[in-house]
Amino acid sequence: MLRQIEGSRAVAQTVALCRPEVVCAYPISPQTHIIEALGEMVKKGELSPCEFINVESEFAAMSVAIGASAAGARAFTATASQGLLFMMEAVYNAGGLGLPIVMTLANRAVGAPINIWNDHSDAMAARDAGWVQLFAETIQESADLHIQAFRLAEELSVPVMVCMDGFILTHATEQVDLPSQALVDSFLPPYEPRQVLDPAEPYSIGAMVGPEAFEEVRYLAHARQLTALGRIGELGAEFAETFGRDSGGLVHPYRSADADVIVVAMGSVLGTIKDVVDEQRDAGLRIGALGITSFRPFPIDAVRSALGSARHVVVLEKAFSVGFGGVLSTDVAMALSGLPVSVSTVVAGLGGRPITKVSLRGVFEAALRGESERLTFLDLNVALVERELERMALQRRSGPTAENMLRDLGVVASRIG
Amino acid sequence: MSVRFYQVGSFAVGNRLVNRSDRTVQSDAERANSLTSGHRACQGCGEALGARYALDAAMRATGGQMVAVNATGCLEVFSTPYPETSWQIAWFHSLFGNAPAVATGVAAALRVKGRSETRVIGQAGDGGTVDIGFGCLSGMFERNDDVLFICYDNEAYMNTGVQRSGATPPAARTATTEAVGPQPGNSFGQGKNMPELAMAHGIPYVATATVADLHDLEDKVTRAMELHGARYIHILVTCPLGWGSAPGDTVKVARLATQTGLFPVFEAEHGEVVRASPIRRPAPVEEYLRLQGRYAHLFDAAGNPARPDIIAALQAMADRNIARYGLLETEAVAP
Amino acid sequence: MEKPFAITLEVGSSLANKTGSWRVERPVYVDRLPPCNNACPAGENIQQWLYLAEDGSYEAAWRQIMRDNPLPAVMGRACFHPCQTACNRAAVDETVGINAIERFLGDRALQEGWSPDPPGPSTGKRVLVVGSGPGGLSAAYHLRLLGHAVVVFESSPLPGGMMRYGIPSYRLPRDVVASEIARIASMGVEIVCDRTVDDLAQAMEDGRFDAAFLAVGAQRGKHADIPAGDSARILDAVTLLHETEDSEPPVLGRRVVIYGGGDTAMDAARTARRLGAEDAVVVYRRTRERMPANVDEVQDAVDEGVRLKWLSTIVGQAGEVLTIERMELDDDGFPQPTGEIEELHADSVVLALGQEADLSLLGGTPEITVDGGVVPVGADMMTARPGVFAGGDIVEGSRTLTEAIGHGKRAARAIDAWLAGRRLDRPARHELATTEHLNTWYYADAPHSVRPHLEVARRTSTFDEVVGGLDETTALFEARRCMSCGNCFQCDNCFGVCPDNAVMKVEEAHGYRFDYDFCKGCGLCVQECPCGAIEMVPEEI
Repeated sequence: MLRQIEGSRAVAQTVALCRPEVVCAYPISPQTHIIEALGEMVKKGELSPCEFINVESEFAAMSVAIGASAAGARAFTATASQGLLFMMEAVYNAGGLGLPIVMTLANRAVGAPINIWNDHSDAMAARDAGWVQLFAETIQESADLHIQAFRLAEELSVPVMVCMDGFILTHATEQVDLPSQALVDSFLPPYEPRQVLDPAEPYSIGAMVGPEAFEEVRYLAHARQLTALGRIGELGAEFAETFGRDSGGLVHPYRSADADVIVVAMGSVLGTIKDVVDEQRDAGLRIGALGITSFRPFPIDAVRSALGSARHVVVLEKAFSVGFGGVLSTDVAMALSGLPVSVSTVVAGLGGRPITKVSLRGVFEAALRGESERLTFLDLNVALVERELERMALQRRSGPTAENMLRDLGVVASRIG
Repeated sequence: MSVRFYQVGSFAVGNRLVNRSDRTVQSDAERANSLTSGHRACQGCGEALGARYALDAAMRATGGQMVAVNATGCLEVFSTPYPETSWQIAWFHSLFGNAPAVATGVAAALRVKGRSETRVIGQAGDGGTVDIGFGCLSGMFERNDDVLFICYDNEAYMNTGVQRSGATPPAARTATTEAVGPQPGNSFGQGKNMPELAMAHGIPYVATATVADLHDLEDKVTRAMELHGARYIHILVTCPLGWGSAPGDTVKVARLATQTGLFPVFEAEHGEVVRASPIRRPAPVEEYLRLQGRYAHLFDAAGNPARPDIIAALQAMADRNIARYGLLETEAVAP
Repeated sequence: MEKPFAITLEVGSSLANKTGSWRVERPVYVDRLPPCNNACPAGENIQQWLYLAEDGSYEAAWRQIMRDNPLPAVMGRACFHPCQTACNRAAVDETVGINAIERFLGDRALQEGWSPDPPGPSTGKRVLVVGSGPGGLSAAYHLRLLGHAVVVFESSPLPGGMMRYGIPSYRLPRDVVASEIARIASMGVEIVCDRTVDDLAQAMEDGRFDAAFLAVGAQRGKHADIPAGDSARILDAVTLLHETEDSEPPVLGRRVVIYGGGDTAMDAARTARRLGAEDAVVVYRRTRERMPANVDEVQDAVDEGVRLKWLSTIVGQAGEVLTIERMELDDDGFPQPTGEIEELHADSVVLALGQEADLSLLGGTPEITVDGGVVPVGADMMTARPGVFAGGDIVEGSRTLTEAIGHGKRAARAIDAWLAGRRLDRPARHELATTEHLNTWYYADAPHSVRPHLEVARRTSTFDEVVGGLDETTALFEARRCMSCGNCFQCDNCFGVCPDNAVMKVEEAHGYRFDYDFCKGCGLCVQECPCGAIEMVPEEI
């Protein structure tokens, strides 16, 4: 059923259709509307049977989900940014125990400095925790991925986080097709736990594993994710058959078959990228794009085959590894190793800075000219940073960097002392 | 004159003269043995003893319908090293600081599945309760989730090598409060009275107990399992390794903690103390301190008090407890 | 679905880890000797009969007493209860009133008419017992149980010895004595009264006795040298007591002085009071603390108005007037005359200066020599003459009823072995269970409301038999105060207090066994065993 609906609410409605049994969350922008909507549905009795628990921290949220899942209930939570970091111990714990929890990550920058707007630095922090990480491009896909996520998680006993760009997707209103309960039920059977806390059949879950078996346990987690690689594509196809539209899957190539340059990205920025690609294709430039939906497990083979025949690949990502460079681009470069394809990294959109078509055009044209630098920070105010670096070199007590630059920009007018 | 008198009936584990129904759960040959042999706890471990005591009582009270959630710590580590577990009950370990929250999740799952007759116990050491677990514990209390949370208090982070926790008593030696310098051992602060903190949340039931009084401990666990909502039991468990006491003295040391007044034994409901266990054989704190190496610096080589000022301060603490909970007001006598 | 590898573990998997290998010492269950058992001259297994009485199995308890002592109702009144003096419970609150419980059980047996165990198969041997006092009756009983034919010759008209003629009836009712003696006779022991043995060897030959046990007692009072004028009324305590029982009690007058400090002196004084003496004074040369009389006897006498005049000796008598010299204890504790004289008026003087045995019956057995008024015997109670045994007041000992009973038992068993040509092996004694072995915390306190009743239990009866005895509730209560020193009484502490679940309940022995596969040797069981029935022994490495 088509509805004009805010992204968060679309996700909430869809999650509700997945019949979660325990929903717990701690408020943090920009996931709040998802959880508020679910809470209201539970309180009204529209979502039942379901326990909605207001917890005292994100760490508690993931812990409650862990407990609920271990006791055989379908568990859901949502967070972002600082909240994800606060629950990180539990995130790894859920990954290690193989509990099929589904979590919405409303991507937001990680401080310091505190910033509530969108980028992918939070997701990157959980990259190695053993969770499946799926990036949605649109609001529709954000909602659809949750249905696939529960199915995938429970089938393989692995937790799944669905990443959707904070504010950009969570707080935008669009026309979204919300499926019927019957349709979702046909795709998502009830949860059959692999192991469950049951006095009738007791065992101990969460043992301490020493050097003699730890590697094997971790390998098995890896093996599960490699299995997921296969299943993600299959589930995407099954979803298309059942729900009548494409959502999910591992990667989405766009006009990349004969491209000279291919731009790789994840999430909502792909919309802007495709617009620019279209413009440039109309101008006869051989450029294409590749959207990566499944970041973990990383679809090495699919990426290699999609990018292998290009001359150059630009990886545009909303995160970076401080002191080195790109995160996604490192994975992409690894996928292309041995092939004569050069890779450059463009770090863009940090802390919610808008990625404009003008800026993108500049990046793509440089790439087409073969003039890409290894690492570019899109739209960086070079003069500003150079002034600050100079200041830091002159004085030991140069003051807080952020405040200094804001003052330079004129954002902060006063100076005290 | 109808006087019931059973020789050791109300103090010892069992007694042939007492009705089976009046004997402890531990005296039953068919007891659950929630924690069975083969675990790697030290000789004389008070926590192993306390855990079996509490969980067997809970198993009896719930007819075996319960699951336990355990925080990281000695109890978890010595009981579940791959490939061996000594738990015979449904048991789950997540992390150090989240046992109360995980228990909340388990209880929620059982409720949503219409299986609320299966009860949930969360358990942790003092570190996992008073320090790193405190936020989650407070949240669980505030929501009044249907969980019985048990703290096995051995007054330090024992599993990592005896470091000070928020529950470490003043003057006690730990690896991070060594018995050196002008103020040897842990400093004298305000303490962190976890049972009182639990009471401040107004939850239905709070109680303290020790491994020295089995009947009392079992009664309290049983009472707790009759109630619903958030409940808290704080059990003092001797740690021979960390406290420097003889392994065979585990019960004796815990008993002295109560008989000196240093560890008051009481019950509270909805924030009000309703019952306190009177002291039966009062003892000065010195008698308790002497048995433990963590207080050895308070005495000289000949065994005389080397720091009478510290001992006096500890005695004052004990006296305050006695006054506060009325521990010497009623005659403690039982058949 | 398969459970996750290593993260999830199956119940019971820890049993593969045999933590018993950690031990350097291991606990073992032991039996230690309770101090009451150790102190009982009759060798009663007191802990065991208290154990049986505790759950109301009174007949079983009584039968346990009867294995060693056939006269519990008597002893429950007359024994000086060294068991109570030794009782470890005194370290907790008060000693257990063992004596009163024995009395309760003895009386209950008489009420219910419980019969003793039947004698064993006949051995064809005949044993002579001379004297039907406690020693003789005990020997007769035990010999009969062992299947021997026993004949007791008693010189007095009635059996009982000191039980009848020495201890006053207000302390030991005669019907109780008679009943318990009759019970022994009912087993087939022949008791012949008014039959004095003048020549033992002859009597044995005449009666074709294969062995004999001499228990004639010390029936003659010793006399002191008191220069006395005429009309001095001096008699000895034994005679006084005997005549009081036997025929007509003597007339003592209003003021009676009793000379001596033992139990007999107390009995004489109290008897004098009952015979009408308004003023009965016990004169004793040392102090009250040093009086050989049982403290309870002294207290009873004082309670009855008997006066005590110690540190005094009688140095002369002229009619009603006694000359008393005050004594002083020297540094060694011996009384020394001070030369200070005073006068005391008395209508009669009763001498209670000790008793002697009449051993003229040994004329025909010269190998048996009398040494210092006693017959020398070995540990098996046998005299120098094979087949002739002796016990009670005529041999070295404490001269108490209880000791006599013990002698009788020991002699009977020795006679039995001697008749069969066997050596009598006495098993080694276990280690004594002292208070250091106990964990007294576990023993329940007797509430204050009950204590006055229990006070009665610890004192032998005085005047009123009915008040003095225990009813069943108090008897049970008192029996349950027994701490079962050194002997497991199934309190389950070891079973409950092991952190490693390494104690098992079993059907055999006392009900528990250590699981040495898992026992880490921490010693908690030893510490928390209330009665000290576990000890740690080094592990063999």
